[in-house]
Amino acid sequence: MTSLLAWGGYVPRLRLNRGKAVEANSWFSPALRALGRGERAMCNWDEDTLTLAVEAGRDCLGPERDDVAAVHLASTTAPFADRQNAALLANALGLDERVGTMDIGASQRAGTSGLINAFASARAGSGPVLFVAAEDRLARAGGAAELRNGAGAVALLVGDGAGVAELVGFEQSAVDFVDHFRSQGQAFDYGWEERWVRDAGYLDIVPRTLDALLARCAVEPGAIDHFVMPCTLRGVLPKVAARVGLPEASVRDPLDAVMGEAGAAHAPLLLAHALESAGPGELVLAAGFGQGCDALLLRTTERIAEGRRGRGIGGWLARRREETNYGKFLAFNGLVEQDTGMRAEAERPTLLSTLYRNRDLVTALVGGKCRICGTAQLPRSAVCVNPNCGEFHTQDPYPFAERAASVLTWTADRLTYTPDPPAHYGIVQFEEGGRLMADFTDVDPGDVEVGMRMRMVFRIKEHDAKRNLKSYFWKAAPA
Amino acid sequence: MARGIRDSVAILGMGCSKFGERWHDGPEDLLVEAFRECLEDAGIGRDRIDAAWLATAIEEVSVGKSGIPLAEALRLPYIPVTRVENFCASGTESFRGAVYAVASGAADIALAAGVEKLKDTGYGGLPQRSRGALNDMVWANFSAPGSFAQLAAAYRTKHSVLPEDLKRAMAQVSVKSHANGAKNPKAHLRNEISIDKAVNAPMVADPLGLFDCCGVSDGAACAIVCRPEIARELGRENPITVKALQVSVSNGSEAGHNSWDGSHFVTARIASRRAYEEAGVRDPRAEVDMVEAHDCFSITELVTMEDLGLSREGEGWRDVLDGVYDAEGDTPCQIDGGLKCFGHPIGASGLRMLYEVYLQLEGRAGERQLDTPRLGLTHNLGGAPHRNVCSVAIVGREGG
Repeated sequence: MTSLLAWGGYVPRLRLNRGKAVEANSWFSPALRALGRGERAMCNWDEDTLTLAVEAGRDCLGPERDDVAAVHLASTTAPFADRQNAALLANALGLDERVGTMDIGASQRAGTSGLINAFASARAGSGPVLFVAAEDRLARAGGAAELRNGAGAVALLVGDGAGVAELVGFEQSAVDFVDHFRSQGQAFDYGWEERWVRDAGYLDIVPRTLDALLARCAVEPGAIDHFVMPCTLRGVLPKVAARVGLPEASVRDPLDAVMGEAGAAHAPLLLAHALESAGPGELVLAAGFGQGCDALLLRTTERIAEGRRGRGIGGWLARRREETNYGKFLAFNGLVEQDTGMRAEAERPTLLSTLYRNRDLVTALVGGKCRICGTAQLPRSAVCVNPNCGEFHTQDPYPFAERAASVLTWTADRLTYTPDPPAHYGIVQFEEGGRLMADFTDVDPGDVEVGMRMRMVFRIKEHDAKRNLKSYFWKAAPA
Repeated sequence: MARGIRDSVAILGMGCSKFGERWHDGPEDLLVEAFRECLEDAGIGRDRIDAAWLATAIEEVSVGKSGIPLAEALRLPYIPVTRVENFCASGTESFRGAVYAVASGAADIALAAGVEKLKDTGYGGLPQRSRGALNDMVWANFSAPGSFAQLAAAYRTKHSVLPEDLKRAMAQVSVKSHANGAKNPKAHLRNEISIDKAVNAPMVADPLGLFDCCGVSDGAACAIVCRPEIARELGRENPITVKALQVSVSNGSEAGHNSWDGSHFVTARIASRRAYEEAGVRDPRAEVDMVEAHDCFSITELVTMEDLGLSREGEGWRDVLDGVYDAEGDTPCQIDGGLKCFGHPIGASGLRMLYEVYLQLEGRAGERQLDTPRLGLTHNLGGAPHRNVCSVAIVGREGG
């Protein structure tokens, strides 16, 4: 039986205080004041859709990586238009190279369509599919979308075996309803009037799809325990529920007050969030809207409590730091032409053949372990680093990404260029051996001390603006 | 250990440009300035130089690559000229090339020169640049102050020193150097500072404030070395000779193996032990009369005093506060003002240190002259605490 085996999630630590953004922009758009409550998740300068996806994947899989046959990544904001993001994700997760990968995008529905497809793949015998949806949508400064958007990712492992939830059924429709669009090469969406989107879009297209699904599955609407659908337009969710006949209490909080809407990732993210509080034998209905509608109906099993292996959506939501500096949000998102100083001009192009040769180190943080003396080391090299060993060609690949580390030395540097000064870095030492002078991330001045426990995270190392190429590597963040 | 080169090579002459923001002079002008003084001091014509070495590290804002810029700037007579680069220890590498050429007999007289034109970057500090293709992909985004600043966190932890005590000792390192540098006409920064000023200066890389960092300057320095008998032929009765010249280079162990604690320099301990052995020094604190250490940052100098065996481990900070390394202390350190006041034109610094030891041993150091020093040590370091090149030279009188 194909079922959902596990899930994980990720929400970036920073949460922009919406009131601060409104304060900066309501002189131009007084209507923004209605959207000034709560906070939205925002990426740190070194996070993007891909890094969010990696974290969600890790949260779902835990340290075990053997069992994944395919990685599918759904997003409309994946960093590369032509360089498979899912392959990079699979490599960063340290999966065997014999894995199927696929990017899914081009619609806010990518998250639900991709999940339906993951079930179909697994059912057809692909082996376990790690389906990841991640999003960090960019919006123009000072608009409503900037306040409504969020950032986040979810990963769902679908495969054969006794799972935590079964797919009872699904329904899809394709309707070229253009509430907004973004053409190739464009940075920002262009949208149409919200009242039309609400009335002619959500309130018409979604109920039709839900009705069809429930009929097909022969499930009474009143039997639904949890209904999740992303929608930032006020009042839509209860109205959809009412039209379909879903219990009022089944309508789940779309989390817009605490994280905003993480685009194409948001529907599966809300689904995972619902599963985190669902009991056995409950029915969860998830819908995604965009050029039609997807709807999935899942029933939890008695193993539901085992589905969350890591922090899950709730855990990452709880780990937060409020950001009250709207200027920082603009700078992190490239929405202001910032004077970053001459030090930012340094040219460090990524040599692609060098990257490829060292991809296990750079992308997956794989080092070496000496067969003779047992020393774990970064990087893996031809000669063991242990001063009492020094043997040639004795190191087996040894992954470091999931190993616990602590701070040996550190500083907070205000001279070197970084988008978020001061640059924190230092030597982190792995408990099982090995060390690395690493950039630190997700720390604030005063946070770091010798001995502090750290975990490694996959982040943007640098952005080569001239070639528009982001490079990624692993950094140390508080555990 | 090898037989070594003790007393095999004499210093015939030295020269040093004025260090500072030499807006109107290019690197070639600085080299000529140092070379003319050096040549005059040596009392020879440039046609007697058999071979030359040029140290320059950051060629992008300096003379470019190869030995040619030195040959061109000084119009050397078609002799072998070699450019050397070993991070901030490049100046001593240049000296080592010349000294080894003479010691081997391949050259009778050799020139070591070093220059850096740091003030053509357009901003303060060392330039931000690539550190190698793979290194750029995986190394932390560290600057020079940031890499050395980490010594402080590890040192405090290891020796249970309170942050404010260490900060105060670091400040005293700089206060002492400024007091010395104020007396040196060739220094870049010639102002005295107070402990309070140093402690309260803006932070550069925690816990290093502005006055914990050396200056950034343009400058050049040169040495002409020869066999001691040639020096005697040229009228030096008791020439100053190289007693020891040792370099130790990190092999990745500090950066990659958990045996190093981050609070000291593995290389400095090895290079200084070898140098003491080569020079026949048994008790450095008693025998070494002066030290020119690589005080790129105050914390570097502080832990280096321990690495050189001048302070006991964990007590360097107390010795600094007790004035051991002041001009009037047991072992004056940076009597010329050090990197702190000269700034650090990379290729020149190691030679600038030797220049001060040479002047002091010659009794020509003017207002800052120490009382008859006999043995001086230079410590020239390049890189970062976890990955560096450390050179130690000991200079004294022949037979002394």
